[in-house]
Amino acid sequence: MTISPPAWDGPAIVVDGVHKRFGDVHALRGIDLVVERGTVLGLLGPNGAGKTTVVKVLTTLLPPDAGRALVEGRDVVRSPEAVREVVGLAGQSAAIQDELTGRENLEILGRLYHLGRRQARRRAQELLERFDLGDAADRPAKTYSGGMQRRLDLAASLVAEPPVLFLDEPTTGLDPRSRIGMWAVIRELVAGGTTLLLTTQYLDEADELADEIVVVDHGLVIAAGTAEALKTRVGGDVLELTVKDAGRLAEAASALAGIGDGAPGVDEDTGRIHVPVGGRGSQAVVGAVRALDAAGIETDGLGVRRPSLDDVFLALTGHAAEAEPDGGRGRRRRHRREGPERGAAAARSGDGETP
Amino acid sequence: MTAAAGRPLPAPLTIAPRPLGIRLRHGVSDALALTWRDLLVWSRVPMFLVFSVVQPVMFVLLFRYVFGGAIKVSGGYVDYLMPGIIAQSAAFASFGTAISLAREMQRGVIDRFRSMPMARSAVLVGRLIADTLRMILTVLVVMLVGYAVGFRFRNGWAPALGMVVLAVVFGLAVCTVSAAVGLALRDEESVGSFGLIWLFPLTFVSAAFVPIASMPGWLQAFAVNQPVTIVIEEMRSLALGGPLALHAWQSAAWLGGMVAVFVPLAVRAYRRPG
Ligand SMILES: Nc1ncnc2c1ncn2[C@@H]1O[C@H](COP(=O)(O)OP(=O)(O)OP(=O)(O)O)[C@@H](O)[C@H]1O
Ligand SMILES: [Mg+2]
Repeated sequence: MTISPPAWDGPAIVVDGVHKRFGDVHALRGIDLVVERGTVLGLLGPNGAGKTTVVKVLTTLLPPDAGRALVEGRDVVRSPEAVREVVGLAGQSAAIQDELTGRENLEILGRLYHLGRRQARRRAQELLERFDLGDAADRPAKTYSGGMQRRLDLAASLVAEPPVLFLDEPTTGLDPRSRIGMWAVIRELVAGGTTLLLTTQYLDEADELADEIVVVDHGLVIAAGTAEALKTRVGGDVLELTVKDAGRLAEAASALAGIGDGAPGVDEDTGRIHVPVGGRGSQAVVGAVRALDAAGIETDGLGVRRPSLDDVFLALTGHAAEAEPDGGRGRRRRHRREGPERGAAAARSGDGETP
Repeated sequence: MTAAAGRPLPAPLTIAPRPLGIRLRHGVSDALALTWRDLLVWSRVPMFLVFSVVQPVMFVLLFRYVFGGAIKVSGGYVDYLMPGIIAQSAAFASFGTAISLAREMQRGVIDRFRSMPMARSAVLVGRLIADTLRMILTVLVVMLVGYAVGFRFRNGWAPALGMVVLAVVFGLAVCTVSAAVGLALRDEESVGSFGLIWLFPLTFVSAAFVPIASMPGWLQAFAVNQPVTIVIEEMRSLALGGPLALHAWQSAAWLGGMVAVFVPLAVRAYRRPG
């Protein structure tokens, strides 16, 4: 389906004061957000924050209880049919028919978008090639790896070439390599001008893909801005080190007391200590090495890094992003941290590294 | 609305719904596309079709040879049994309806469909068409096996055809009930374990397998008046000869009533956000 050029010159997505309740659960408590055409918004939040609910409201799966939501100028309550003409959705679980081949999945969707048989077939072939599924195109989707199923699901959301795309946790459950592959695919897509709203629990993912990040927690927007702006809110760099002998954590922390701008934070589980150091990273490293040396405490890697979005989350909410604030909810995805923190590793500044 | 954007926004677009003719055409083509999808899936998993036929065939053999000897009816048990078993096979075909709809709800397949500019009726109608085809296959196989074990139509071919049509329409009506259950429960396991339990008393506490006169009095009252018995009595009259009029009206009323109540309920459950 070709979309006639939008007669709407406002932002691609506008959400204004949207509320949604499920019985006692107040899932959205007045969400506002704006996504300009052709940009990527990362909706970031822990389990139960309300990310999926926002996506469902914007894709007409759930009516909001209050407030307004427009997609390409089309009101999700008043003209849901028109909204459906311009959105693509890849939900939190891959919605593909796994007995059928990748090609059949896409062709059937093409027919459901009324593309016509020929056009549906051509579009399926294009998408299979573009998402690197050409070789597997005629195998049942249940033989696909997790990464391939996700790519097929993403391809499925693009059959009608929607100008606005919603991806709900597109990389949850993928291994690090597939995840990076998925990022590349998404980046390419966005380069083509698609407006994207992406939800994620991965701070580095939002940092990686989004032009603008909106942090939600308990159904409220608690911060919004670019990744850089959010990091600045935490204030400066962080000195981080791991103490080899976990028994001496407290001792190490007190040795480091005078080094930075505030009290050192201690993570008992990982044996890690972090100290906010403002802009004085190198001085702090020298001071820390001296202090620890004098106390005879050995460390595993000591360095200064730019604050990660983890730090942002901690600063904004008072709890880490991994926390599951809403207790006993039935169906919940594990929050997995995969591999080394790519973002943090890259940001770790070389100058402060001591063996 | 300026708060969110920080600048005044043009008024939302007002977009006229598509003309009725196009909507109807899309309604038909969407339903057929989904029927086609189901047929493709079955062609990939032929065991599913095989099992949906094997179970009723087993029932035929069990009742014909194991229980049948103990059940006394005039005119031979196998002739009595077959219309009942055919109706039961048609009704049990609706397990597939409920389970697949629940699974699609659960897996987010239907969420994707609901986010598309697709007819709202298509998922239900497409499913019902495919399941009717599957049901016809089952009924034909069961009839063939019935013939092999001694069953005969005794009333001419036109009423025999009428019996088959009635069985399929009955099965379809039961499918609409199961579809509503599957779409409302949205959980494959719940549907499989208790969602369709009502089908057992309805089919067994009926005239399907044993004469109602052999049941205790309190049960007879239910058995005589419930729709499965009424449909089966009509099927028997069609297959074997007998008065048609009374049960015909009652059957039509029951089946029409089921469809009229449960199709809207199923559509409601489909549209209900989850
Ligand atoms: N259909 C529903 N019925 C009842 N409660 C619901 C329903 N859908 C969501 N909720 C509740 O609303 C809140 C927000 O849920 P939502 O799925 O939007 O969170 P999320 O940010 O997507 O979380 P996750 O990262 O786990 O996917 C949760 O507390 C959840 O339990
Ligand atoms: Mg979610």
